[in-house]
Amino acid sequence: MVTLGTRAMGLFLLGLIRLLTGAQARWHGCPPKAEQRIYFANHQSHADLVLIWAALPSELRSITRPIAAKDYWTASRFKRWITTGVFNAVYVERERKGDEDPLQPLIDALESGDSLIIFPEGTRGFDEEPQAFKSGLYNLALRFPDVVLVPAWIHNVQRVIPKGEVIPVPVLCSVTFGAPMHLEASEPRAEFLTRARQAVVELRDA
Amino acid sequence: MTSFLRGLTANQQVSLLFVLLFGFLTLATATLLVLSMRERIADAATPATRGLRLKDYQGLLRTSWLMALVFWLGWAAGGGVATALFAMVSFFTLREFISLSPTRRGDHRSLLLAFFVVLPLQYLLVWTERFDLFTVFIPVYVFLAIPTVGALGNDPQHFLARNAKLQWGIMVCVYGMSHVPALLLLNFPLQGGKSAFLVFFLVMVVQTAMLVQHIVSQYRGMAVAPAISASFNWYGWSAGVLAGGLLGAALAGITPFKPLPAMAMALVASASGSFGHLVMKAIKRDRGVTHWGSAGSSITGASGLLDRVDALCFAAPVFFHSVRWNFNV
Repeated sequence: MVTLGTRAMGLFLLGLIRLLTGAQARWHGCPPKAEQRIYFANHQSHADLVLIWAALPSELRSITRPIAAKDYWTASRFKRWITTGVFNAVYVERERKGDEDPLQPLIDALESGDSLIIFPEGTRGFDEEPQAFKSGLYNLALRFPDVVLVPAWIHNVQRVIPKGEVIPVPVLCSVTFGAPMHLEASEPRAEFLTRARQAVVELRDA
Repeated sequence: MTSFLRGLTANQQVSLLFVLLFGFLTLATATLLVLSMRERIADAATPATRGLRLKDYQGLLRTSWLMALVFWLGWAAGGGVATALFAMVSFFTLREFISLSPTRRGDHRSLLLAFFVVLPLQYLLVWTERFDLFTVFIPVYVFLAIPTVGALGNDPQHFLARNAKLQWGIMVCVYGMSHVPALLLLNFPLQGGKSAFLVFFLVMVVQTAMLVQHIVSQYRGMAVAPAISASFNWYGWSAGVLAGGLLGAALAGITPFKPLPAMAMALVASASGSFGHLVMKAIKRDRGVTHWGSAGSSITGASGLLDRVDALCFAAPVFFHSVRWNFNV
């Protein structure tokens, strides 16, 4: 739902993020291309979502939907408005509730042709190294073999706004996009997830 | 010729200067364009080093264009706008500096203080011409405030190193840079309007000195500190400072100084700018990078803003102080 308000907010946020972080995109392994993709990245801060959104070129931004943790991003009316109106986010439950498949909203989005930005660690990590990837990425790759999987490393965001702080500090951030990868035929789940995590980690020093 | 120049008002003189400057830059750009086209045609025959050198000059020229535009804008729009422009330059350079100095979570409040309190206050002091406070605000008050906030962050690990880095960043990017617009506001009792030229004078002299040093040191001299800078040598340094000094003497007419003092001021500015550039190079080596700015942007050939203005950050406070000291303004 794009209204004048959300569009103005989008422009304002984009300007603010560029002023504070530069939000530079580094396309190392693939060009920015309008094909259906799943970008998967390391997760250190709630601002990750905002940064990777800002780093994408505007043509891709409109067809790419970030995943947002439902409990955090719908906690206030403002957050809900921003994630729905500006980021066009897909909400996921971090805790499994009942029988419902937590991946269902992602599957719906992919089926309607959108690209996704996901953080396969599930929760934010506080160590230098990302945590082990959860199996959601594997399940999506299995179900949508034609969607291109692009690893990404987000640099520095945790320095912009550490947990518990409200005001962001200006620090240059960038997102490095790596070479697309695919789920090999009959590749075991654990092996694929380790490989995917490795692809993300390798971008750190690229 | 000189009588014609003297007959013009201060404003007309500045306009003329800018016309000359932009004319020169256009000419240089056109020359480089032709050169780079010839380069492309004779690609196989020319050694790769020449291409690199050409790229070097293009970078320098881009900076010169940027600076000339900034100064023209600053002059055309008046002191307030110029001050705001330099405040923005400070902001971007401090951002680059902080990005490459690892900070910890406990530094968050100190960083907020630096960016959103110290920086605007320093430029506010410039704008309101409180020179007594402006020269001591950062070395005296902020020097205490930053580590105090840091200590309250309750993280002793690398405390001295972290705070020293932040202090340095503020000193170079905010304190040093803020002395450039401060020159605009110096009040020379007998020379109405001429302090507007001082910024131009300083930048021209320092930029020329850096350019001459850069070119001469490629052809002659032995690197003094090869681990820090492969190009810095005394031969190039002397040539650069001398060129800056001579240009200063030549520009004396647009400053409130007589030729000899103008040359002395220009020598001081060139020397300190050149040393400042070397110091910043040492910091970059320490951090293991070749330039400030986003990681990996070297691939596109662009470098950080701080790389371009570091000489000015060191030259400006020295120049500002020696001008005030020698002329009691």
